[in-house]
Amino acid sequence: MSSLYDVIPPAPPKGVPTRRTTMNVNGTSQTMEVEPRLLLADALRQALGLTGTHKGCDTSNCGACTVLFDGRPAKSCTMLAVQADGHNVETVEGLANASELHPIQEGFKQEHGLQCGYCTPGMMMTAKALLERNPNPTEDEVRWALSGNLCRCTGYQNIVKSVLWAANKMREQDQEA
Amino acid sequence: MYPSRFDYDAPSTLEEAIAILDQGGGEAKVMAGGQSLIPMLRLRFASPERVVDINGIPDLEYHRIDPDGTLRIGALCRHEDLELSTIIGDTFPTLAGAAHLVSDPIIRTRGTFVGSLCHADPQGDWSATMIALGGKIIVQGPNGRREIEAKDFVLGPFVSALAFNEIAVEAIVPPAKGKALGGYLKLERRVGDFATASVAVALDMDGDTVTRAGCAMAGVGGRTIDANEAISVLQGKTLSSENIDSAAAAVAAASDPRTDHRGSADYKRHIVETFVKRVLVSVAKSEKKEAVA
Repeated sequence: MSSLYDVIPPAPPKGVPTRRTTMNVNGTSQTMEVEPRLLLADALRQALGLTGTHKGCDTSNCGACTVLFDGRPAKSCTMLAVQADGHNVETVEGLANASELHPIQEGFKQEHGLQCGYCTPGMMMTAKALLERNPNPTEDEVRWALSGNLCRCTGYQNIVKSVLWAANKMREQDQEA
Repeated sequence: MYPSRFDYDAPSTLEEAIAILDQGGGEAKVMAGGQSLIPMLRLRFASPERVVDINGIPDLEYHRIDPDGTLRIGALCRHEDLELSTIIGDTFPTLAGAAHLVSDPIIRTRGTFVGSLCHADPQGDWSATMIALGGKIIVQGPNGRREIEAKDFVLGPFVSALAFNEIAVEAIVPPAKGKALGGYLKLERRVGDFATASVAVALDMDGDTVTRAGCAMAGVGGRTIDANEAISVLQGKTLSSENIDSAAAAVAAASDPRTDHRGSADYKRHIVETFVKRVLVSVAKSEKKEAVA
């Protein structure tokens, strides 16, 4: 269900005050003129076309819109775009490079970590923050870290397996390096 | 839903932020973590003319323990900072017990301790711990700073004692008289849900005698419930099973739950009694273990 108030255009009508906001998104500096009330999720999706960040519940509950804000997971529907001025934002689009998937994406593929896929970007970004801080998490630690991300397919079993797969792969890569 | 239009400021000093609030005449709102404020804006429960984002003000992220044992928590200390803290675990078990139960892990990276106190949600975890611990809040306005006791800070649902031109800059927890013990127990239907019922218990112990007992509850009344008087039956006593039972019964009697979709009033009262017992029994057990060792 959507209403008139669910989305506002990234470029506001004439006469509405805006703020120049410059954020680093996936390594690229992006400058935009935004209304203070524009949510970070909509700035990413509409102004920058990065639609990998999904809006699930739009009420701060589900975690589908999770991005990394200065390296820590944050719900981008619960932040203002203007707050990202001068900060780093990483979205799911920043995971893979031109030639290969990120080990977390590879893990979701190998362990069938997605069903409908809607929660997947948020799950992966939260997992990335976890594995950067704790490269060798237990199953419990993975479940705990992901407890703010909801999967309506209830596919948690395989999501947890996927993250553990990725952790293993990333440790192997670290040893090789 | 989208928030109503508002102006936005990101001042770099407290003085500047307070001046903006003062000029705003009650129509400006401080934002720290924003994890309660942004949902409130989106539901249009709040529609301030101006949002004053204090995240750019330096040196407010700290939490530290002074040489005399006083804990100080700055206005931008996030829930996660306390969850990962290496200094509060032993000295402030009531806070450590709540830190990993506040909302969900993603919200905890942004939301702040002091912001949660200011939000004054009847189901807020931190207000309960602060009242149980006898904490204070330092607020700064155009005429300088003042201290407000945590128990006087929450006036009602979503109403705090902050004046429109004041910012809560620091929360203070006094050092324990003796050994600090206690805990925080919360029943939630799922991670991130508000408390069906929760209980903060803070004890200062001298040997096996309670020198100070503090307690507060969330989710079982129209505001955070101060149960310090109820649990004061333990003052000067040991944690015998009779004393534990009477304290738990007194706290449960001080709760004021309503029947709703999270459970019946009787059920919530029962949870309160059980939780108080559980914390006290675990404290009594840990004391015994230490005595044997």
